[in-house]
Amino acid sequence: MTDPSLPRDPAGTQLPPEESSAYVRAVETKQPANVAPAGTGLTPAAKGHGPTSASRVVSSPWFAVAIVVLAIALPFIDSGAYTLRIATDALIFVMLAVGLNVVVGYCGLLDLGYAAFFAIGAYTAGLLSTTFGWPIIATIPAVVVMAVVGGLVIGAPTLRLRSDYLAIVTLGFGEIIRITANNLDITGGPNGLFGIPDFGDFGYRSDVTIYWFTAVVVSLAVIASSRLGRGRLGRAWRFVREDEDAAEAMGIHTYKVKFAAYVTGAIFGGLAGVLFAVHQTAISPPSFNFLWSALILMAVVLGGMGSTPGVVVGALVISLLPELLRGAENWRYLVFGVLLIVVMIFRPQGIWPHTPSEPASAARREPDPQPEVTA
Amino acid sequence: MNAVLECRDLAVAFGGVRAVDGLSFDVHEGEVLSVIGPNGAGKTSAFNCITGFYKPTSGSVSFRGADITGGRPANIAAAGIARTFQNLRLFGDLTVLDNVRAGMHVRLRQNAFDAILRTPRYRRSEQVATDESHRWLDFVGVRSDRTTQVRNLPYGEQRRVEIARALAREPQMLLLDEPAAGLNHGEKEELLALLRRISDLGTAVVLIEHDMGLVMEVSQRIVVISYGKAIAEGTPAQIRTDPAVIEAYLGAEDAEARSEAEQIAAEQAEELRAHENRARSSAQEEGR
Ligand SMILES: Nc1ncnc2c1ncn2[C@@H]1O[C@H](COP(=O)(O)OP(=O)(O)O)[C@@H](O)[C@H]1O
Ligand SMILES: [Mg+2]
Repeated sequence: MTDPSLPRDPAGTQLPPEESSAYVRAVETKQPANVAPAGTGLTPAAKGHGPTSASRVVSSPWFAVAIVVLAIALPFIDSGAYTLRIATDALIFVMLAVGLNVVVGYCGLLDLGYAAFFAIGAYTAGLLSTTFGWPIIATIPAVVVMAVVGGLVIGAPTLRLRSDYLAIVTLGFGEIIRITANNLDITGGPNGLFGIPDFGDFGYRSDVTIYWFTAVVVSLAVIASSRLGRGRLGRAWRFVREDEDAAEAMGIHTYKVKFAAYVTGAIFGGLAGVLFAVHQTAISPPSFNFLWSALILMAVVLGGMGSTPGVVVGALVISLLPELLRGAENWRYLVFGVLLIVVMIFRPQGIWPHTPSEPASAARREPDPQPEVTA
Repeated sequence: MNAVLECRDLAVAFGGVRAVDGLSFDVHEGEVLSVIGPNGAGKTSAFNCITGFYKPTSGSVSFRGADITGGRPANIAAAGIARTFQNLRLFGDLTVLDNVRAGMHVRLRQNAFDAILRTPRYRRSEQVATDESHRWLDFVGVRSDRTTQVRNLPYGEQRRVEIARALAREPQMLLLDEPAAGLNHGEKEELLALLRRISDLGTAVVLIEHDMGLVMEVSQRIVVISYGKAIAEGTPAQIRTDPAVIEAYLGAEDAEARSEAEQIAAEQAEELRAHENRARSSAQEEGR
């Protein structure tokens, strides 16, 4: 039998199917997603990898809704004091991580003193609610203002400089805030502040109320940071991270854009501080040391810079893993460290890296008429 | 002819090197002006002075009557000057569409709260950004998948995306720094057609280019720069025969530069001749 679709040589014998060129074969076998075959301009490059069913499930909005519902339902599943404490801590840490992700992940600014904003939020809320007797809710606007002021003071001079300076200055800032809190009388010095009230009496156990409040605020923060990353400002952050000069050449005021990222991060950090102050009921300077800043940054890097789901997962891993390793007693921090190193070796881009993509609505369905080319 | 851009006695120096040294030229409304000159003549530096990336030590730049000397690049871009870079400067990790959306940034009307709340204004503005990006990509003839990271595109396509990004700024003036560098013959032909389409939009185009065939074909006027100064200015026909131009390409002082300059000059002279022949024969065909 001969296949009529195959070309024949004049003698009528069948030729083998035409071989693709060595170049095309090399491209196909080696880097299907990286190199579009040159010269085949009329067909769009093949999509490297279609969405797998798993990734389709997790990127659907219902997945996020399910997570939020699950988080809010937790006290019905297990309302033990230990569980709620760990869960509240983890959620606050998630909020810190998505906040820092705006600065580091989206905009590419290395902030080594992010805990400073956490401290500013916690101390502002703590001070106003204890010494001045404000309800916690009423301190929130003041916290936002203080966080923005802190962002202005540090950001204004340093964001004009190269980004390596920012790392050094923020590192110093983190320590200055902590040392200041340690030395002022009004902040309670080394003893800190205690007796910080909760959000009010809603007829439930106080720790359940605090957990719910935290879950709602953190869910909103995660959604807000994810959506911010997609709009005009979020794109500008990524442009700045990728190439500041090119961004400027498109009319993007890179200083303002970096500033917006830094201040947004400050607000997230400050609000997380409020949740922390309420949850702990007492705060003192050691709660805001460099280790905190380092751990938050680690959550961002471990999860996947610029990726909201990644950063959430990273934060949960960093905050919950030491608890899960409690059985290992004194070894747990060693095991924790080794695990982190292993992850970073095998997944340097993070557990759940950001993959730049377009919504389905952005892709053209039919190829457009080609602009005529005068050859 | 109205000038959109006026450069007067621009100068900028790096250490002892006077990259731009008293450069003056105008760009007229809607024209294609080519800037040519030997390597290191200061062409790119001149672009950088105009677009605010370098602060000129003296001289002035005015754009549509307003003084923009030493302004911030973002403000100059927002005023209506878009540019490309000699070495591609795309946002490599981002999608092709996102790269072009960058050009539209200053025109999009949405703020951070619109994005967080997904307001109708946000959706509308995002839709406009996507549609217009496609339009510009169509305009420059990008055929690759537009939803992948731009660094996956072939080089020639990336060059076109960079031009699309600049056009999305909807500039009154577009500065292109060696857009034909690294393109093959077919791609250069497409670039020529694209430059004509851009010019038809009414945009003034300033083109730094070494490919003399392209320059002679597309430019209304040419400015020749040597050692940071404009040494000749005129129509392609005038530049072709200008003795100062020939001198500039041959007059490099040290021997090494001289031989390189001679080689370039010889190549360009060759291209000029070939081009003239082509122009003559096509003129005959048209029976003019
Ligand atoms: N940022 C810079 N730092 C130091 N020297 C520079 C810089 N930019 C340009 N130059 C020098 O200025 C001269 C002109 O360069 P350039 O403007 O790139 O020339 P062209 O684009 O005409 O080839 C060269 O000698 C180059 O080395
Ligand atoms: Mg150059």
